[in-house]
Amino acid sequence: MKLLYFAWVKEKAGIAEEDVTLPAAISDVAGVIGWLKSRGENYALAFADLALIRCAVDQEHGDLATPVAGASEIAFFPPVTGG
Amino acid sequence: MIRVGPQDFDIGAEVRALTAGRTDIGAVVTFSGIVRDVPLELEHYPGMTEKELARIEAEAHRRWPLQASLILHRTGRLLPGDNIVLVIAASAHRQAAFEAASFLMDYLKTRAPFWKKEERNGEAHWVDARESDDEAMKKWE
Repeated sequence: MKLLYFAWVKEKAGIAEEDVTLPAAISDVAGVIGWLKSRGENYALAFADLALIRCAVDQEHGDLATPVAGASEIAFFPPVTGG
Repeated sequence: MIRVGPQDFDIGAEVRALTAGRTDIGAVVTFSGIVRDVPLELEHYPGMTEKELARIEAEAHRRWPLQASLILHRTGRLLPGDNIVLVIAASAHRQAAFEAASFLMDYLKTRAPFWKKEERNGEAHWVDARESDDEAMKKWE
């Protein structure tokens, strides 16, 4: 599964994208974030305030409860500011 | 129609391209956004950006009788005064075109995966999302 990070989430995590194999017990986006935070200080920093984190599963907006089983791409980013 | 990329645009040329050869369009509303105050860098999520804009455009066509539409968003480094975004809604009559253009911008602002990084006093910082943009979108729910 590919994980992508954008804007300040990318800068705080120190990584733009990575290929990972999630532990089988992880079923939703909240689980992915919890797992990432356990992997290093950089992720703990990037995901410190979940109120500011938005996500997309397979390029569609999701939330903490969105299932990730079978997903090929999950992206994490701040609230959008285009236009 | 969706277009995302670094190229500048000409509003007149885009309107002409959208309406060329059509006799069913009686109203065209355009909105263009321009970079204000300071230089900025536009980051986006290639792939999802185009899909999300297409979803927003399809929703506008579902809600209003539109003959044609365009959402164009620039990426990369832009300077004050530069064009940044263009929305065109074309319909038989003005009301649908006005409302659809407003809807397209409100949805783009809150759902399209773009992020602005401003350069202010020699420092670059990410722009915070505005609550007023969320409020603007709620009126369409």
